[in-house]
Amino acid sequence: MSILVSHLSKHFGTQKAVQDVSFQVGKGEILGFLGPNGAGKTTTMRMITGYLAADSGEIIINNIKVTEENQAIKAQIGYLPENNPLYLDMYVREYLSYIARVYKIKNPSKRIEEVIGMTGLDIESHKLIKTLSKGYRQRVGLAQAILHDPEVLILDEPTSGLDPNQLIEIRQLIRELGKEKTILLSTHIMQEVQALCDRVVIINKGVIVGDGNIHMLSQNLSKAYRVVVTFSREVNENTLREIKGYVSHDRSDMSNYTITGEEDTLNEAIFDFAVSKNLKILEMTTQRESVENIFQQLTQPS
Amino acid sequence: MRAVYMRELGSYFSSMIAYITVGLLLVILGLVLWVFPDFSLLQTPFASVDALFEIAPMIFMFLIPAFTMRTFAEEKQTATLEILLTRPISAWQIIIGKYLATLSWLAIALLPTIIYVISIYKLGSPPGNIDLGQIAASYIGLFLLGAVFCAIGVFASSQTSNQIVAFVMAVFFCFVFYYGFYFISRIASFSGTIDGLIQSLGIDYHYNSISRGVIDTRDLLYFFCLIGLCLTWTWVSISKRN
Repeated sequence: MSILVSHLSKHFGTQKAVQDVSFQVGKGEILGFLGPNGAGKTTTMRMITGYLAADSGEIIINNIKVTEENQAIKAQIGYLPENNPLYLDMYVREYLSYIARVYKIKNPSKRIEEVIGMTGLDIESHKLIKTLSKGYRQRVGLAQAILHDPEVLILDEPTSGLDPNQLIEIRQLIRELGKEKTILLSTHIMQEVQALCDRVVIINKGVIVGDGNIHMLSQNLSKAYRVVVTFSREVNENTLREIKGYVSHDRSDMSNYTITGEEDTLNEAIFDFAVSKNLKILEMTTQRESVENIFQQLTQPS
Repeated sequence: MRAVYMRELGSYFSSMIAYITVGLLLVILGLVLWVFPDFSLLQTPFASVDALFEIAPMIFMFLIPAFTMRTFAEEKQTATLEILLTRPISAWQIIIGKYLATLSWLAIALLPTIIYVISIYKLGSPPGNIDLGQIAASYIGLFLLGAVFCAIGVFASSQTSNQIVAFVMAVFFCFVFYYGFYFISRIASFSGTIDGLIQSLGIDYHYNSISRGVIDTRDLLYFFCLIGLCLTWTWVSISKRN
């Protein structure tokens, strides 16, 4: 395991920011850390990077325990903090060579050129950081995170505030990086998780409410699988219960029903039902649970 | 540590900060010591630059806090401190790197005033009739005083993310340490009992002692302790972050 987080808790005064959070990220995996704003994503990530000390619990990265004082472990982590803080009065190359010096990278200029190439900063690399657009600043942030070629990357909302084109480019870059590195990335954008991540951990109010791949998570939810079906005529609603795997249904208009049930068999069962009742199916659409719906269901205040 | 030091120094000299602060110091000193009659070196009956060492602390009291207020406050404001603290570099290395950069600036600011000494040396009658030993000691004293002000400034800056708060705090502490203890010791009820002790807590007591030309280890110890204390407090506030 590249990142192992077990029973992590953190309080700020009386507010419980993170409570008993445990999850792990395997080597070469991209894990999406999903949650509404203020759920404890940033706090958890700050603890993983050693910026904050946990009240209880432990974090192990590449078999080494993370503590605030442990300098060696910090060399193995690349971190892009929330809002991508940068020294605005520095030039791109100047900033990267500063970071290279902090990491004591050997042959820094070669590595800096490499990273500038990887992040597509070439044409902007001679500029002051404050003159860069948000998308390019984000690339500089990513460049400083990967400069020392870390095995583990912690990215706190790496794509917030980017336009759709930049979004695609940055995602492409993260996907490239994910081929070799372990990545933990936080976001509150659901499409991002679908586009990038192998697995997702959903956190709400400091507690983990879901962990698994997106497909598995949707199965675990009771209202997970829905089929919208339009029959040729109205049916007696009670007879719908005869459908194998039926859980519940909604009637939207005359002969249009939304039927919820077991994923594996529902479509076939509806067809069989229609045949047995001598009905014709005019339209049938499967509503696969999107990450958005899962997210809402798991994090809605109840 | 070297990386932080180089960056800080680089940012002072690639922006206007260093030029403006050093320029301002030299303009004020030049005007007060050579143009305006009250403290003019040309008006003193002896060949001496004592007025420089009287005026400089007062200018430092405002100039150094203005210069050091951004050291940590700005990094806290923009959250770049989070970048630094999650790199393989300890809080001490960051503090020492930044502090040494302010000391380098201080040395650079003081260096041109040697011209004043050379001028007075040449203008003396006969030329060279000047106590160079005492001047050298005074320079050491002034540098140490500046170093304490820098440490106070760095400490104040680490307490807040607002640069103006850092500036006001630093000016206040510089004032308390420079004049404050002397004023307290003048309160009548301390007279003849502990007034000497209270005075010896102030910077001016030790500064004047070195300025006389005697470098006493007790005075050096005082300055080093004060610097150490300020930097340790800085470390405390940088490493506890909740």
